[in-house]
Amino acid sequence: MGERVVFDRKELSRRQLKDYIFAIMSLLALGFGLITLLLLIIDLASTGLGRIDYAFMTNFPSRMPEKAGILSAWVGSLCVMFTTALAAIPLGIAAGVYLEEYAPKNWITAIIELNIVNLAGIPSITFGLMALSIFVYKFGFGQSILTAGLTLGLLVLPIIIVTTREALRTIPSTIREAAFAMGASRWQVIQHHLLPYSTGGILTGVIISLSRAIGETAPLITIGALTFIAFLPTSPFTEEFPFVTIQWIKDPFTVLPIQMFNWVSRPQEEFHVNAAAAGVILLTLTLLLNGAAIYIRASFRRKIKW
Amino acid sequence: MARPKLAEFTSANHPVRRIRRIKELLIEAVLFAAAASSVFVTLGIVYILVSESLPFFAHVSFTEFLTEREWTPLFAEPKYGILPLLCGTFLTTVIALLLAIPLGTIIATYLSEYANARAREILKPILELLAAVPTVVYGYFALLFVTPLLQKIMPNLPGFNVLAAGLVIGVMIIPYVSSLTEDAMRAVPGYLREASYAVGASRMQTAFRVVIPAAFSGISSAYILGISRALGETMVVAIAAGMQPNLTLNPTEPAATITAFIVQVSLGDLPHGSVGYQSIYVAGLTLLILTLTFNVIGFALRKRFREVY
Repeated sequence: MGERVVFDRKELSRRQLKDYIFAIMSLLALGFGLITLLLLIIDLASTGLGRIDYAFMTNFPSRMPEKAGILSAWVGSLCVMFTTALAAIPLGIAAGVYLEEYAPKNWITAIIELNIVNLAGIPSITFGLMALSIFVYKFGFGQSILTAGLTLGLLVLPIIIVTTREALRTIPSTIREAAFAMGASRWQVIQHHLLPYSTGGILTGVIISLSRAIGETAPLITIGALTFIAFLPTSPFTEEFPFVTIQWIKDPFTVLPIQMFNWVSRPQEEFHVNAAAAGVILLTLTLLLNGAAIYIRASFRRKIKW
Repeated sequence: MARPKLAEFTSANHPVRRIRRIKELLIEAVLFAAAASSVFVTLGIVYILVSESLPFFAHVSFTEFLTEREWTPLFAEPKYGILPLLCGTFLTTVIALLLAIPLGTIIATYLSEYANARAREILKPILELLAAVPTVVYGYFALLFVTPLLQKIMPNLPGFNVLAAGLVIGVMIIPYVSSLTEDAMRAVPGYLREASYAVGASRMQTAFRVVIPAAFSGISSAYILGISRALGETMVVAIAAGMQPNLTLNPTEPAATITAFIVQVSLGDLPHGSVGYQSIYVAGLTLLILTLTFNVIGFALRKRFREVY
């Protein structure tokens, strides 16, 4: 082995060349992903953007493509999102707080944690199948906004739990110890210190989960959401006391992605233009929500220096 | 209102303290219930899929389910062979992974080993937008952009085909693969890289012979999540692959996946309790078993290759 050259300049420059080639390859890979995203946006916008006008937003779906609009779809999406948020946010934050601040290290906690990891990998359509059997038939909620909100709420629950835990974990333990030393109880520490300090992280998770829910289609089709709805849910405001009602929660609905799916599955080209227009709105909403989440995460990270 | 004196307050039996203790216990119980509810979601899904599927197997034998080569539950003479659906699911997943795993891994390697912190912080969130685009939008893209594009290269490609759907799903899951892979690679301690550089290895050699093997446990979970996503993806295949069950391994043909079949049946009006209704639960159960199998494999890989520093 004494003959071996320890330092070979040729070999070294060959390694460097390979290194260089790999870097270019990975930039190409990255570019492939980003260009695809860009192409998707351009394709959708060039087809659909011109179709979006006041009438499109305020018309019900129709058999005539030029008269069809997305009124029932966006109102439905709004109602379903509201119900989803109501179901998932308290449950998700509570579960996250328990797992991070209370949970003892035992097999029950281990099962819950393993379950949350697995839940994120379960296909969304099986949530729809469960909801069809439990919410629609066993509980008798029917094919309503309530069923849809609960289904999507359960679907996005892991996202809220995981981000809540991450947000709590970044708070240094000195904060907790200082509060305990002042005689605060565990809940007081959480209520007065941990939750306020982790608002940014939790908010990020909530926004991401809503952006996921707003585009989710498959589980809602499974619970039997209708594709053709030419009326709005009951108005939440009434003439009589107490002036508000939640009757709308029991109403049938459609949502933006389902409306888009309905249009894209038709053979006529005019309906594809409608689908693109609905897609532009849907994509804008998701990108705005995600942008907001990125912004909030970045600004809180800059602001808080422990 | 007189404030309680400190001495009274510190006595463990003072009513204020007792109320506070009960309140704390109650809060803990409520929070525990919230955390435990996630387990009931899983149990609920498994229970419902199994219990709604059982009546199906009273009509259809297990052998027919596994060996019959046609899946036509809604026809006048129904045939219940899951193979064509499994085939479609398998085919789209493989195409998606052939695209997503190499690209995702290369991107992760670049972001973790080559890019500086600034580039990483800008590129990673943009890349993650790929996973945020609603799947129905991807379906539109696959049907009306990717398929026509592919038809320019392959003029005989039908309007509905597995290839376009699979490729688009692949693009969609790149961020799932790359983000988790990058996290795993970045968790590998720096001294391993330094040791590698010190013996003259290039960045690429370090990445592929030191960092990736050391991070394999985490990388395997990234791949498994990617597989789960591809298996369960619904809208892209429902829109772009055509919803006909087709026992083929040819990606240029139309086919249906398990998920596409569930969508197709759900779009129609099926009476609760009919065999058609049961068949979507059987399909769902099959999908769940498939996903869980991969998750168990992932769990085993993670344990087997875990490196502790």
